[in-house]
Amino acid sequence: MEWANAVVQGTLLGGLYALFAAGLSLIFGVMRLVNIAHGDLIVLAAYLGLTVVSVLGLHPLLALLVVVPVMALFGYVLQRVVLNRTLGDDLLPPLLVTFGLSVILQNGLLAIYTADPQKINAGPLETASVSVAGLSLGVLPLLTFCVAIAVIWGLQWVFYHTALGRAFRAVSDNQDIAQLMGLNRRHIFGLAMALALAVTALAGILLGIRTSFDPSIGGGRLIFGFEAVIIGGLGNLWGTLAGGVILGVAQTLGAKVDPGWQLLAGHITFLIILALRPNGLFPRISA
Amino acid sequence: MPETILEIKGLNAHYRDFQALYGVDMTVAAGEVLAIIGANGAGKTTLMRSISGLMANGAGQIRYRGNDISGLRADQVAATGIALVPEGRQLFRSLSVEENLIIGGQIGRKGPWNVQAVFKLFPILAERRAVPATSLSGGQQQMVAIGRALMANPDLILFDEISLGLAPIIIKDIYAALPGIIGEGMSALIVEQDITKALSVSNRLYCLQEGRVSLEGVSGAVSRAEISRAYFGME
Repeated sequence: MEWANAVVQGTLLGGLYALFAAGLSLIFGVMRLVNIAHGDLIVLAAYLGLTVVSVLGLHPLLALLVVVPVMALFGYVLQRVVLNRTLGDDLLPPLLVTFGLSVILQNGLLAIYTADPQKINAGPLETASVSVAGLSLGVLPLLTFCVAIAVIWGLQWVFYHTALGRAFRAVSDNQDIAQLMGLNRRHIFGLAMALALAVTALAGILLGIRTSFDPSIGGGRLIFGFEAVIIGGLGNLWGTLAGGVILGVAQTLGAKVDPGWQLLAGHITFLIILALRPNGLFPRISA
Repeated sequence: MPETILEIKGLNAHYRDFQALYGVDMTVAAGEVLAIIGANGAGKTTLMRSISGLMANGAGQIRYRGNDISGLRADQVAATGIALVPEGRQLFRSLSVEENLIIGGQIGRKGPWNVQAVFKLFPILAERRAVPATSLSGGQQQMVAIGRALMANPDLILFDEISLGLAPIIIKDIYAALPGIIGEGMSALIVEQDITKALSVSNRLYCLQEGRVSLEGVSGAVSRAEISRAYFGME
């Protein structure tokens, strides 16, 4: 029963990792940009949430109404003003620039909020639980998992059933020809980054309610996101959810064996999967 | 004399240090079909890329309906009513046949072409509308590429090597369909290796040789000898 419990808790934790990963996956899929600052953007969203909660006195989930649009707007501007200039045939400039952005974000947050661990207070939501088949499930992890499914489903729907998604896929396939169709790739990339950071805002606030955070933890979130994307297979959003779940379960099972093994078990699982299936478990069919 | 819609004057184009076009002059009248012929590397595709905005050119070198479009981006050029059927078809592989057509029409210019009209022109595409565009045969893919360009309801359509890599029978079908496509006052530039095909559908022809115009004339009035001289540069 304890092992079953660990698996279920790990699955729910995987929802949060999938939220970390969804934005990364989206950005890489549309513009082949590897965003090293993604983890720090998650932490930025958590701090924004913290500020909105403390200044406006809103419940953290209501703070999303502010933080999600703010992050989306920030994403659009960041893409148009900075990141679009780095995109080209060479993969290195966007890597370096987002690495620099990561350093700037960490130090900016450090200067404003100090290095003290913070937490977003969500009141009774943090400890509420429901009992299902003898297992006690936290309402917050359950909610996070449902949000992850809704986000993945929503992104999938946008990608395959809307004009915006069609534009994302067209630009991803062939930027020049998409431009000939009247699509301005700079604008499309801006919209993709806006969407990715809107998801990041959700991830950041759910993270901030779940655990304490400080400006230095972005790198770890980036790794979890990367691992979920790679395990699931590039370009496959449902695969990303599966990747997040596998990572989450590996971590909770590792922690069950020995609390010191939590992170290591996740990384080892990732490495084993990478060794056996270098393209991930569910890569998108096309090469 | 019908109105000139495209006027190219002293067009130079470069790929870094390599100059691909040297002072090309060309005019296209409304409703006119021009054939552009020339050997591989003569600059035909570079000319198409320059006109469609995939390459930026010096100010004043390309005028469309009197406006300088030399420095516009491809999406801005597309909005003015110029569409390109690119060499090698270049369909969007993540998009279905129908989505490829829809995306061609999304700049929203008014005109006779829509998905239904393209399906009427190429009925096989209607049957295969939901499959990924790149799962079609080469000839069918070319139909999608042509349909995608028509969906923009262009006033000037550029065909870059539409017979490249297709079976002769398919090429015949596509060329048989061309007059019906180009009609209705649309102008066209047709880049083609097959000189007979090019002459049969065009009003005038230009021959490019090593980035320069080596021959210009009315399609029915130039002799084969003149063409081979201009094509190969041999006396």
